[in-house]
Amino acid sequence: MAGEVITRNRKQAGGGFIPVGAFQSASFQRAFGRGILYLIAVSSSAVFMFPFVWTVLSSLKRGGELFRFPPTWLPEIPQFHNYPDVFDIVPWAMWTWNSTFVAVVSTFGAVLTAALVGYSFARFRYPARDVLFILTLSTMMLPVEVTLIPLYLMFAKIGWLDSYRPLIVPSFFGGSAFLIFLMRQFFMSIPIDLDEAARIDGANYLRIFWQILMPLSIPVTATAAVLTFMAQWNEFLQPFIFLNTKSKYTLAIGIRYFQAVSGFADDSEPKYHLLMAASVMMTAPIIALFFLAQRYLVQGIVMSGIKG
Amino acid sequence: MTTKALPSTRIPLPRWTKNLRAKEAIAGYIFLSPWLLGIILFIVGPMMTSGFLSFTRYDIVNPPEFVGLKNFIEIFTKDRLFWPSMMLTFRYALIVVPFSLIGALAAAMLLNQALLGTTWFRTFFFLPHLTPIVAAAVLWGWIFNADVGPINHWIRTITGSDNAPGWFRDPDWAMTGLIIMAMWGAIGGNTMLIFLAGLQGVPQELYDAAVVDGAGIWAKFRNVTLPMLTPTIFFNMVLGIIGALRVFAAAYVATQGGPAYSTWFYALHIYTRAFQYFEMGYASALAWIFFFVLFVFTYVQFRQSRRWVYYAGEVD
Repeated sequence: MAGEVITRNRKQAGGGFIPVGAFQSASFQRAFGRGILYLIAVSSSAVFMFPFVWTVLSSLKRGGELFRFPPTWLPEIPQFHNYPDVFDIVPWAMWTWNSTFVAVVSTFGAVLTAALVGYSFARFRYPARDVLFILTLSTMMLPVEVTLIPLYLMFAKIGWLDSYRPLIVPSFFGGSAFLIFLMRQFFMSIPIDLDEAARIDGANYLRIFWQILMPLSIPVTATAAVLTFMAQWNEFLQPFIFLNTKSKYTLAIGIRYFQAVSGFADDSEPKYHLLMAASVMMTAPIIALFFLAQRYLVQGIVMSGIKG
Repeated sequence: MTTKALPSTRIPLPRWTKNLRAKEAIAGYIFLSPWLLGIILFIVGPMMTSGFLSFTRYDIVNPPEFVGLKNFIEIFTKDRLFWPSMMLTFRYALIVVPFSLIGALAAAMLLNQALLGTTWFRTFFFLPHLTPIVAAAVLWGWIFNADVGPINHWIRTITGSDNAPGWFRDPDWAMTGLIIMAMWGAIGGNTMLIFLAGLQGVPQELYDAAVVDGAGIWAKFRNVTLPMLTPTIFFNMVLGIIGALRVFAAAYVATQGGPAYSTWFYALHIYTRAFQYFEMGYASALAWIFFFVLFVFTYVQFRQSRRWVYYAGEVD
């Protein structure tokens, strides 16, 4: 009997040299450790997901069901029409288009110009470069509140309020310090021999950037683009301050309609079930984006060697 | 006026290299130009404008009127919300940042274990960060709802008494609610991604060497992972503190600064003065005080960082 147990243990461990006490064996401890890790991963996933699951389930409930007590999980009869209802009550399609437009255009501008600026910091020698780079990094620590009021006044003066220009145009001026830093660090990791070889072959700087460095930087460019896009998609403060007309709203502020905020909604009754449906529709695209891009996100940050 | 180039101690280079250098510098500035222009237009210019406005009274309709230090004196002596909002903003940041850093690091280490389904776990952890702020506020408004929310339901079930916190409607509890809500959003977010990247940047040789020296899990963490991660921790900490001190949307949507101003964050104070009362001069003064405080705070962190941040590439 005992012999059988021992041999079985040996077999499990792939014929390794295993002590008699199965519970002290390295393979058992390892499996036990893994089990605990899975347990932690699953339970913390549940904590993080709980509100989201509740959002999805609530989006299928009737209005009154949401705040029922004691709380119920499943909708009594799934109200799939909540989703089309969102489109009937607010210009949801319009807002989705607005958000997409703002996020795509400003991401494009930010990533492109951040790459150019990063290229400049990484590959050229010129007076005051390092001072300018430190200045760039220090802008990361600048709170927007300090610049928001003058920017608002400036945009008001040139008639840009209530348009997308305040949200888009600044992106075309280097994006953000974080992006520039990300791109610069990555370019620094590409051997300069490549640039030099191209120069000997007669390529100019722009061509080196576009045909040598950028093709090698696809992962980090993708990282920059995805992070910027997600941030722009959910950006609240800037559209909230710069946009006034309902039809021009982006999703992040338009969704407040269902909260029945005074002076915004025509109806004083909050429609939380529709808010949940709207939230699911707003989040789904960026969840998909994150899911598909996550491997590259981490890689991109690793490769750029961000160390602070 | 012409200035002569300072005599270089290096060997004089032939003339054509000078041309090349000049060319390189010009090209460098051309590529840099969007950002240089951006800094002037969107950062330095506005900062100087708000610096100027902070000494004026300005309601947008009438031209700014110079009032000297009046705004600042008023802020420090008469503004009943200035000190409380500054204090509670800092209190919030000093709780949220350490806990979310620890949480994010733990999450990143867990996701770095090559578990099956890591792709899924990572997405689940990141979900809160992707939730629109308005939806998150409503969600947590329900979770913390004093009467019908699940948290109080559980508290009442477990303790068997009717005494449960009022959360967002109780001045003593609203802040705690916002802190929990912020941590839910911050642990799995960008901070975790940057930690993950940092963890993957720690060379495997160091762990192998530690194992040879007989290190266990804790010793490996304490003596390899943690020191190697200090730059990443520092990066996340600085940005985390600035982010936390700037908290606006969550409070604005979830509690509107209430009840009884118990979640009246500093950014909310600036916003109200600027965009609801249109006291642009006064709000600019508030913003500049904020900037100054943040600057000093960040500077101190950088000074302190020399004591505990280890850069692997640095030569001592």
